Amino acid sequence: MAERERALAPPYGGVFVARARVMEPEDVRRAVWRMAHEIVERNRGVSEVALVGLQTGGVPIAGRLAEAIHAIAEVEVPHGTLDVAFYRDDIGLRPVLPEAATDIPLDLTGKTVVLVDDVLFTGRTVRAALNALSDYGRARAIQLAVMIDRGHRELPIRPDYVGKNLPTRRDEMVDVSEAGVVIGDVVPR
Amino acid sequence: MTRHLLSVSDLGPDGIDEILRLTDSFVEVSERAIPKVPALRGKTVASLFFEDSTRTRLSFETAARRLSADTMNFSVSTSSVKKGESLRDTVETIQAMGVDAIVVRHSGAGVPWQVAGWSGDASVINAGDGWHEHPTQALLDCYTIGRERARRLGTVASEQRLSGLRIAIVGDIRHSRVARSDVLAFDALGASVTLVAPPTLLPPSLAGWPVDVCHDLEATLPKCDVVYLLRLQRERMQEALLPSLREYTATFGLTRERARLLGPDTLVMHPGPVNRGVELAAEVADLPNSVIIRQVSNGVAVRMAVLYLLLGSGVDLAAA
Repeated sequence: MAERERALAPPYGGVFVARARVMEPEDVRRAVWRMAHEIVERNRGVSEVALVGLQTGGVPIAGRLAEAIHAIAEVEVPHGTLDVAFYRDDIGLRPVLPEAATDIPLDLTGKTVVLVDDVLFTGRTVRAALNALSDYGRARAIQLAVMIDRGHRELPIRPDYVGKNLPTRRDEMVDVSEAGVVIGDVVPR
Repeated sequence: MTRHLLSVSDLGPDGIDEILRLTDSFVEVSERAIPKVPALRGKTVASLFFEDSTRTRLSFETAARRLSADTMNFSVSTSSVKKGESLRDTVETIQAMGVDAIVVRHSGAGVPWQVAGWSGDASVINAGDGWHEHPTQALLDCYTIGRERARRLGTVASEQRLSGLRIAIVGDIRHSRVARSDVLAFDALGASVTLVAPPTLLPPSLAGWPVDVCHDLEATLPKCDVVYLLRLQRERMQEALLPSLREYTATFGLTRERARLLGPDTLVMHPGPVNRGVELAAEVADLPNSVIIRQVSNGVAVRMAVLYLLLGSGVDLAAA
């Protein structure tokens, strides 16, 4: 969720209190490396692959996957960023603002698009992203890569590449950053 | 909670910033093959225009449709206003049909405020009231200046504040709602504004306006970053304010000769429609630094941002 939205309204206006570190930065690095290998293997090369990172958490991970794929396959994979705010199904139910303009510098028609996000939870963001992507051309296939799959899906969506499966409670929060992956709670201000 | 957009002064610098930032996203939407998002599905935007308009009405309608809202178009010439229906009854009738926003243009200053009092839950957007205000025009002007300067100077486009810029507004200030809203917005974002006009085309009083006044266009042109020309509003002139159009052009028109006085990065702007050959020479309107067409295309994106913020975002603009 976008930082600005989170700050805007309760219960999103809470403070994140870390409880346990579940992945060290080194674990994240290894997971990125493994997922990059899987993307290359599954698609038999990456000549027709494009990476699209979801704002905001998916963007740095997409960048790191692109670097890793470059190192593995010696191919520059095009990558863009997608903000799904205008495609969300909870507009009107809570504050929804885009974090940054979408930047997809290529026609996706005929490409295999790998959507990248940090945490897969209810699946609603991915649903919005699938609708948004169809407005940028008809991709040959869309795959999903996430660093953390924390369960609690509300839609029939599953990831193709997973950094780590992490069982969580619904009210917990998972934070993915440079410092690794941390699980914690949101405490009202 | 700000539900309406009636005046630029409702917004404040942070509210303006929020709109300009969001406009970036809608420029991106407008540039793609399918320039439409489902953000306002199920919402209805009614336009209520008591004055002639091409670009503003079409711009709002395009903006609403690109957000997937439905549009309802009301033009006075084909409506029950012709049969003598009052403004209040007209607004209440439209409101009873369940609209979410009413875009109003009227020749009377202050009419949008009255409409806001009758509109129930619907948001009211001022699309021009008499000589008073035209806030979405001011917003699209601020956006255009920020973005076009960033493009020319190679800086980051998100630096949309206009701090330190010198902006000259030239021409018929007296009858111009665009000038009133622009002065408020430019000042809020930190630009300094000089009005250039014959004394008869200045408002009766400039007390409280954060502006300088100058009657010499040629002295002002080399010293400004933006020249904003206004349309000579002949339809609103009930008295002889000018000796002749030719004399106006000779003293206050941006002719080809005067355009040479402009700095290399000075933007030429105009809210349209242009009286070519009067306030602006035809060749000058087509110069690379003329961003009049950009103003029109940015206008759609700015109005998408306004509609989305008022109807969809759930964000209070005044507290943004």
